[in-house]
Amino acid sequence: MIEPVNVSLASLNLMTLAPMLIPIVGALLILVIDIFKVGLDKTLYVSISLLFLLMDFSALLGSAGVFTQDGIMMGVFNVMLIDGLAILSQFIIVGASMLFIPLALTHKRFHEFSYPEFFALFLFMIAGFQFMVATDNLILVFVGLETSSLALYTLVAMHNRDKSFEAAVKYFTMGALAAGFFSFGAMVFYALTGSVEINQIAAVLAANKYVDIGYVLVGVVFMLASFGFKLSLVPFHTWAPDVYEGASASMAGFMSIVPKIAAFVVAMRLFEFLIHSGVAWLEVVLYTFVIVTMTAANIWALVQTDVKRMLAYSSVSHAGFVMAAILIGTTQSNSALFLYWILFSFTNLGSFSMLWISRQKHLPEHQRSDHTYDKFAGMVQTSPIAASIMGLFMLSLAGVPPFALFWGKLYLVSSAVTGGYTVLAFIMVLNSAIAGYYYLKLIVYMFMKEPIMGNDGHIYVANATIALKTIIGIAAIGTIFAFVTLNPLLELITAFVYNSGY
Amino acid sequence: MLNHILSILIFFPALAAMLGFIIHKDSIRAYGVAIAAIEFSLSLWLWFSFDSSASGMQFMEHLPLVPAFGINYILGVDGISLFIIILASFFTMIGIASLTDTKNEKNMIVTLLFLQMTMAGVFAALDGIVFYIFWELSLVPMLYIIGAWGGPLRIYASVKFFLYTFAGSLVMLVGMLFVAYFYYQATGTWSFAILDWYRLILPESFQLWLFAAFFIGFAIKVPMFPFHTWLPYAHGQAPTIGSVILAAILLKMGTYAFIRFSLPMFPDASVFFMFPIAVLAIIMVIYTAMVAYAQEDVKQVVAYSSVSHMGIIILGTFALNVEGITGSIFLMIAHGVVSGALFLLVGVIYDRRHTKMMNEFGGLAHVMPRYATIFGLMLMASVGMPLTINFVGEFLSLLGFYKQSHILTLLAGTAIIVGAIYMLAAYKKMFFGEVTNEKNKNLPDVSKRELLALIPLSIITIWLGIYPKPILAPINNSVESIVQLMHDKSITNEAKTRIPNLVKGAEIAKTSEQGAH
Repeated sequence: MIEPVNVSLASLNLMTLAPMLIPIVGALLILVIDIFKVGLDKTLYVSISLLFLLMDFSALLGSAGVFTQDGIMMGVFNVMLIDGLAILSQFIIVGASMLFIPLALTHKRFHEFSYPEFFALFLFMIAGFQFMVATDNLILVFVGLETSSLALYTLVAMHNRDKSFEAAVKYFTMGALAAGFFSFGAMVFYALTGSVEINQIAAVLAANKYVDIGYVLVGVVFMLASFGFKLSLVPFHTWAPDVYEGASASMAGFMSIVPKIAAFVVAMRLFEFLIHSGVAWLEVVLYTFVIVTMTAANIWALVQTDVKRMLAYSSVSHAGFVMAAILIGTTQSNSALFLYWILFSFTNLGSFSMLWISRQKHLPEHQRSDHTYDKFAGMVQTSPIAASIMGLFMLSLAGVPPFALFWGKLYLVSSAVTGGYTVLAFIMVLNSAIAGYYYLKLIVYMFMKEPIMGNDGHIYVANATIALKTIIGIAAIGTIFAFVTLNPLLELITAFVYNSGY
Repeated sequence: MLNHILSILIFFPALAAMLGFIIHKDSIRAYGVAIAAIEFSLSLWLWFSFDSSASGMQFMEHLPLVPAFGINYILGVDGISLFIIILASFFTMIGIASLTDTKNEKNMIVTLLFLQMTMAGVFAALDGIVFYIFWELSLVPMLYIIGAWGGPLRIYASVKFFLYTFAGSLVMLVGMLFVAYFYYQATGTWSFAILDWYRLILPESFQLWLFAAFFIGFAIKVPMFPFHTWLPYAHGQAPTIGSVILAAILLKMGTYAFIRFSLPMFPDASVFFMFPIAVLAIIMVIYTAMVAYAQEDVKQVVAYSSVSHMGIIILGTFALNVEGITGSIFLMIAHGVVSGALFLLVGVIYDRRHTKMMNEFGGLAHVMPRYATIFGLMLMASVGMPLTINFVGEFLSLLGFYKQSHILTLLAGTAIIVGAIYMLAAYKKMFFGEVTNEKNKNLPDVSKRELLALIPLSIITIWLGIYPKPILAPINNSVESIVQLMHDKSITNEAKTRIPNLVKGAEIAKTSEQGAH
């Protein structure tokens, strides 16, 4: 007879699960409501989602408070790991989601928002991302990754258009490949070390002084490919522009922020110890990835004719830029990653929302895609405020001070300087200069060209409601006045990252 | 209020510009003139409360911005920056006052007020990052001015202007981050304060690299040969007001930054690069003068002559002694007044004829005598005639460099003669002879509104040419302390001998310590 396993409830530390359980409960609630009464309006679901995200956010504030007092928490058979990285990235995930979900309240009716499942899936996805970042167990990372990815594929497909189906299938295929790579990489590491926990893997590898370096590299290659897909690093980026184009603009903005921060955190946990172990090969590979990603994506972005595709390539380039932080691997650079991503989420969500409010249901004949540059020609003459806000977001993305993203770039480049990566620092700033061109191109169209005949300016705000304008206002204020909150933000992030040992 | 006069000077036009959005477009011009006049009187007030005998920073303001990373909002003026700030507000004022009929006048005036904010900010900032913010931000209004009101190639010109400067200043930003990092290594705290940086003594090899990084940013802005290619396009396409502000103030940012950053921070590197830069400056003077001679468009003549004179400013700056640097700062003001006036004058004729080609004109002196007189005066000033404002600056700059190298100074001196040739040739083509073109027969002479801008500029040109002391004395004081600082900081023997020792100075070191606490 087997002894009954005796586990005290207190040792499980179930509180570590609270932030993830809140959105799950919310999602279930939405499904239950749908069982009892169908055909309810989307405003109800938006409010419920928002409420649960708010609760999630306050739960995170709670665990942040506990973290500052007691340090890193483990829970649920030491599978959950609540450290500074987990808390910071969850703040970004939930915060960006709160900005995203009101974008459903459009003026025009869109197919996907009439399904309560959309919102339920959305909340499940958030929970998945939260699990992904709050553990160093590769299996739970995998579960979180798959939960969220499958939900995300569906959300993309629900934007009922031919291109959306294409995008979803493309995303799904690539995602499935990435998942396969991930599980294979995890298997290699398990075979080498007998553990699926990253800190155990690191300890065992360090103890035997990397004798099996060949196998470690095999594992690293699979992991790199997997994260390459998730983070859209060149050459694994090919899905990104098509998927962004097919998805609705708001969903594209969401995809450029939330899934990536989750993947960045896992990549940080995994690659940090490998880089610090002195595996020179990995450093070279990551260095190449970083440079190729930001440069090539920038050059592709130069030749786009559609603003949304341009923003897609620009997001790829930004991802490469931020990947440099993981390569540098100092406390400053890891803090810079979070700072950059927080500021980036405001600016990028703002610019995609500007595209979202100008979404037309039926394209006029001269317009081949949703958001061609031509569509924005002479925008300042018909809707000056919208043009100014869009220009603001573009300047911020280009890194013109004192707007939000400048500070992220400043701190990240500074971390490259202090980390001894001088050449990388110069490549990073020169890439910012290249990027300046295509952001400027949109400004040129909006401010310096004459409008196309028959454009009365209505299309730029065709989709706008109070809710959407509020979100854009928040994004714009966050972009302009970033410097006010910068100091407390920087201190908080640095303390959290430093106390997590990164 | 006097404690915060610099902040007021910076942010008053910006606030006014925001309010400008709600003003009806028929009344915006009066509003713009009023705001610019208030701004100008504030800057005059700054001058009158300025203690000319002190050499250090005055009216300093200090506000933590991102203390965790050593970024603080620090402002202050000394004799070097004071007059450029006044010049900037002066040109904004006469620029708005003399603005001729423009489409979207409201946007233009609001943009000009924003531009005034960034210009005041650049010259008052004493923190590297705050300086950088205003430096970059100044590109945006100018981009809009050139791109929205310019000539047929305006979009190409404005984007080229923006990207060129943007790329250069990003390299400079990396340089700044390095300096801040070295400061962090030396003291354990981050700081971007310029006065803190002054106290940092770097090994020569570091200085050389950092000097190069800053040089790229500044040289593109000046613009120095061979980075000058954006300027003819920008001037050629920009509307009159854009060219005026660009030539009078924005270009001075580069030369000012050399004196504020490069010289005191990297004295050994400055000495090391003195001759290469002097050679570049002389190439710039002679080459652009020759290019100017070949132009058919009078605005391009003025544009190239403006670049040519920037070469003398650089030469004076890199004389690395009191005469040279004082002269170059004075010449910045002089060049601002004179080339600003010349661009205004070109604008006057362009408004009447909508062409800038010199062969379209001829004999204008008969038709527009007052115009010809003012143009002649400014032209004489531009070629550096004694008793005009440019002469003082050019003479001092060359005198300063004469102490470093006789041959190069001689070459630069000849270049001024070339300057006289193309300017006089242009004047001859446009103003002398018979009126050959029918269209020129009945051109009206300068109007009252245009005189409003041109008369004060003429008065300044002659007044400061005859009696430059009110401006020279404060400049001289501040320059002496900078030269002394450079001498004390320099490591190599070469630098110790090239940079004179003035002994009595060393006050800036004191103020910089006060600034640090």
